[in-house]
Amino acid sequence: MTRIEKKFKELKAANRKAFIPYITAGDPNLQTTADLILALDKAGADVIEVGVPFSDPIADGPVIQRATERALISGTTLADILRMGGEVRKKSQVPLLIMSYYNPLLRYGLENLARDAAAAGFDGILASDLTVEESGPFVDTMKKAGLNTVFLVAPTSSPERIRKIAAMSTGFLYAVSRTGVTGERQELAPDLRAFLRTLRTHTDVPIAVGFGISQPEHVQAVWQEADGAVVGSALVRAIEENAGFSDVADRVARFTLWLRGEAA
Amino acid sequence: MKGHFGIYGGQFVPETLMHPLEELDAAYSAAQTDPAFQTRLEYLFHNYSGRPTPLYNAERLAQAWGSGKIYLKREDLNHTGAHKINNCLGQGLLAQRMGKKRIIAETGAGQHGVATATVCALLGMECDVYMGEEDIRRQELNVFRMKLLGARVVPVSSGSKTLKDAINESMRDWVTNVRTTYYMLGSVLGPHPYPAMVRDFQSIIGREVRGQILEKEGRLPDVLVACVGGGSNAMGLFYTFVSDTQMRMVGVEAGGRGPALGDHAARFSGGSPGVLHGTFSYILQDEHGQIVPTHSVSAGLDYPSVGPEHATLHDTGRVQYTSINDAEALEAFTELSHLEGIIPALESAHAVAQTKKLKLPKDQIAVINLSGRGDKDVNEAMRLLGK
Repeated sequence: MTRIEKKFKELKAANRKAFIPYITAGDPNLQTTADLILALDKAGADVIEVGVPFSDPIADGPVIQRATERALISGTTLADILRMGGEVRKKSQVPLLIMSYYNPLLRYGLENLARDAAAAGFDGILASDLTVEESGPFVDTMKKAGLNTVFLVAPTSSPERIRKIAAMSTGFLYAVSRTGVTGERQELAPDLRAFLRTLRTHTDVPIAVGFGISQPEHVQAVWQEADGAVVGSALVRAIEENAGFSDVADRVARFTLWLRGEAA
Repeated sequence: MKGHFGIYGGQFVPETLMHPLEELDAAYSAAQTDPAFQTRLEYLFHNYSGRPTPLYNAERLAQAWGSGKIYLKREDLNHTGAHKINNCLGQGLLAQRMGKKRIIAETGAGQHGVATATVCALLGMECDVYMGEEDIRRQELNVFRMKLLGARVVPVSSGSKTLKDAINESMRDWVTNVRTTYYMLGSVLGPHPYPAMVRDFQSIIGREVRGQILEKEGRLPDVLVACVGGGSNAMGLFYTFVSDTQMRMVGVEAGGRGPALGDHAARFSGGSPGVLHGTFSYILQDEHGQIVPTHSVSAGLDYPSVGPEHATLHDTGRVQYTSINDAEALEAFTELSHLEGIIPALESAHAVAQTKKLKLPKDQIAVINLSGRGDKDVNEAMRLLGK
């Protein structure tokens, strides 16, 4: 059982929901990323998504695009991210999920990736442009290394696709709250509740919701229907705005507490 | 698994786009077997775009080169000045059939943007074209043409500010407005069904060439030459002849300023297999899988990936891929203008330059796909040729 699976099991037993922050690794450098992971862990993050920067992030809005540019300018590579994860793992048991576009993973080599990610102490991988149709070798390789494979499911996914995706997704299922790219929104999608209820009829895997979750009320609303809430752009913006401060990690951790409704 | 060419192709997109791709695939399959759709498309090809385009025997060019016969497939004589209209008419009718009211497209040289804007005007559809700021600068005339045709041109300032970034923005728009918007992809790129569908709409080029050359020469040509950016004009010419294995086919990529990574767009000599913009093909990437900048004098060839069907034609050896650098392309641009009174697009000039290099024996016949006309490139050529 991965740390992700164990975490969702514990949360369920305690009748609690998961708070899942996303950060882009290497924004603005990997030392900050390591500090942020430890601070987010202390602030109660249940799973942390560690984003791998890619030159052409077609599923991301402006905030994460800018983070990606900063990470690439600082020379961040997947190999460096895996090493950083290994260092963090010596100090923390927080579940870690790699989130990437497929090409950097493919270039690293699926076998190499599975071996090195597992050795570093990562728990799973999500490739945002890898469809279930193309994911056979990826899923087999990661599974053999004991890593979860998390897939995205969208409001546009047909019932047939939902079933296929849920069957391939381990650890949790990542529900995209709305059509569109990542980014903060004022309101949740009006059809989100119905979508999540449909998903629930198709799978027993925990469901986490992301894309546009950027206010404490959004987190609470998502927790009503799903097992976890993913916050990306709002947090990445907080990192961007506080990057000049030496205590950036603490500042972002305080922002996290506010998002969770535990204002510090 | 759908839409593979050997190991290449496929569908690598955010999940939100999978349902619309399935809908598109189904709608295209239905249209292919619907005589009414095909009749309407043929009507527009003939009466609107001016097809069939001529196959012209460029005798002065062949004489100057001391070569065998050189035929030019005059796609430059299409309405809007390039082969791009073939695909846009097809996809436009398909979008109409699917009940879509808004069209988005990316453009590099601006030829696909102009063709898209034209078809949207013809069919009464809303049209937004994404174009990199660098391309807007060097293709000013086409930007104005698009606006004149009623389209909105959306400048893209991210990344290298060229075609790749325009595709990124188009995909972001599509994933956001997927329920109302049709993405009119301009080349044999992207996720299935685009590479096969765009190829099918462009394959009219090769079918016409077959009939025309048999009528003029009583035999098939020895060699076909076409430039390859995304690769739609080349697939359009080659597709019908893939099984005529006695014929040589040559695809010409942009050699840019030189062979160093970042200075060209020669995916086959300088790239390796990877995933970009929804498809698995040859891409220009660094050792970490990041897409690297490209350079070409021609905006239409300035792109780090290539159609997945070309990737398999490359690996099987059926098509030979070469590259022509900026200087050679400009020389061919001038030479064809002087000798035949035909100003080619800088993209097509790459194919002309390569054909000269082939030193075609006197008893042989070559067909060059003259995919577009050079009016759009005159300002850039003036700047580069210093005249």
